[in-house]
Amino acid sequence: MSIPLRVRRPGRLLAEICAVAVAAVVAFPLYWMVLSAFKPEGEIQSTDPRPWTMTPTLENFRRVFTLDGLGGYFLNSVIVAGVVVLVSMVLSFLAAVALTRFRFRGRTVLLVMLLIAQMVPVEALTIPLFFLMRQVGTVAPAFGLNHLGSLVLVHLAFSLPLAIWMLRGFVAGVPVELEEAATLDGAGRARFVWQVLFPLVAPGLVAASVLSFIHAWNDFLFAKTFIISATENQTLPVAILVFFTPEGNDWGAIMAGSTLMTIPVLVFFVIVQRRLVSGLAGAVKG
Amino acid sequence: MGALLYLAPAAVVLVAMMAYPLYQLVQISLYDYGQAQASGGAPLEFLGLGNYAELLGDGRFWTILAQTCVFAAVCVAGSLAVGIALAVLATRIRALPRLLLFLAALGAWATPAVAGSTVWLFLFDQDFGLVNEVLVGLGFGGAEGMSWTYDRYLAFGLVAAEVVWCSFPFVMVTTYAGIKAIPADVVEAAALDGASTWRTARSVLLPMLRPLLVIATIQSIIWDFKIFTQIYVMTNGGGVAGGNLVLNVYAYQEAFAGSNYGLGSAIGVVMTVLLLLITLAYLRAQRGNEEFA
Repeated sequence: MSIPLRVRRPGRLLAEICAVAVAAVVAFPLYWMVLSAFKPEGEIQSTDPRPWTMTPTLENFRRVFTLDGLGGYFLNSVIVAGVVVLVSMVLSFLAAVALTRFRFRGRTVLLVMLLIAQMVPVEALTIPLFFLMRQVGTVAPAFGLNHLGSLVLVHLAFSLPLAIWMLRGFVAGVPVELEEAATLDGAGRARFVWQVLFPLVAPGLVAASVLSFIHAWNDFLFAKTFIISATENQTLPVAILVFFTPEGNDWGAIMAGSTLMTIPVLVFFVIVQRRLVSGLAGAVKG
Repeated sequence: MGALLYLAPAAVVLVAMMAYPLYQLVQISLYDYGQAQASGGAPLEFLGLGNYAELLGDGRFWTILAQTCVFAAVCVAGSLAVGIALAVLATRIRALPRLLLFLAALGAWATPAVAGSTVWLFLFDQDFGLVNEVLVGLGFGGAEGMSWTYDRYLAFGLVAAEVVWCSFPFVMVTTYAGIKAIPADVVEAAALDGASTWRTARSVLLPMLRPLLVIATIQSIIWDFKIFTQIYVMTNGGGVAGGNLVLNVYAYQEAFAGSNYGLGSAIGVVMTVLLLLITLAYLRAQRGNEEFA
């Protein structure tokens, strides 16, 4: 399958040395982040930083968790991202079913709108969404400003277009014969959708949910804008900025927090990387 | 009727959280909307295109617009150059070094924007950063205690480097997949016809990869044009005296720090329109390999 590029052996070796060197450079910031998270205070404050440590410590993690309650912020991030993933999977699955297994007028228009929705610069919507959330808060406080519900709502909306788009391909991939067989066996449409279709498109759900998770988990702008005074409801990316102070940055704590923030995403990425890439390729290609 | 039932939940969320705010954005941009109006203490004053006139007449806006475009262009060019070069490199090496390269890229890709920003800041920290230390060790005494975020251009460069670091993997993975999808006999045929490697790359591979590269480019433009987190975190809200503002951060600061929601919304509209134009280009690029089945 690979292209027979006529590369001489020394050439290939050189290319491989280059590749490993580049890999090391690219991975270095991550290495430095994790290393610094485990370094004792004295070594971080040293003006002679070393790329290793002989005395690893959990002191930075202990400090951010106990002193500044980063554990709570971590939990908030988990709640927001978790709820967004669960709800968006159900909603996008239903929408994908409607867009692939039903024939109705205006379907193409909806698909085009979905594509355009993916391009809306959501950051530009911060101002109207801020006012919207303030209004929502007067009716349902849990979904208004200063509450995690507001973050769930916006990230749900932002993750739906791509999730629907990705799932569409997976739902369309299930043969019509299967549906006919299920109908012959006496299963209604709803039963077919949930008991046959849903498990079959699970790989697509996994890929789409990872992207939803990452969007919600990484969000900085909306958490910063919506959670104003109720700091206990803040999420991890914003909470970490507390350690940047004019008197000097607590780099140990910042790196420990950043490590905590990165690990869940990294784990997800590694687990689903194949599906993610094929799902992405599918989304890009349509 | 059944379809409507399945569509309704997603449609409700999208209309309420995306379509309606988009309409609101335009509306707010037409009013003098400040702190008093936001709290309901003063009546709204309709300005028409007043906010836009103020914006377009302000030299600062044009500086920031130009800054945004140049910054995005540098980030896009960097991501594409690095991503494509590494994708080509990855096709020429054995499995193990390739795995290492992809693992490293995956790591950079997966790093949340805030975490990436903080670690790059730490690496380039004035006093405790590794980079200054290494530079001094190499004989560049001037790097001792040097600030990478004070100077406007250095700060932009630092943020751009971080952006390229976390966004080249997307280009690399897509391009690599594209190259692998080209049938080997096409290249063989070109070689049999006596084409050089360079000629094959330029006249055979590039045209086949073009649709993919167009999409990767436009995707990168859309991402890099609306960067917020990296600029905000790494330059502490837009740099010294706002020297590192880009449209997105400018709109945020005008609205939430300056309580000038009308003007902030006008900036948001300008940004949306610009991105919409890019989206149209994207749709045109997609049309070639798109079928609404």
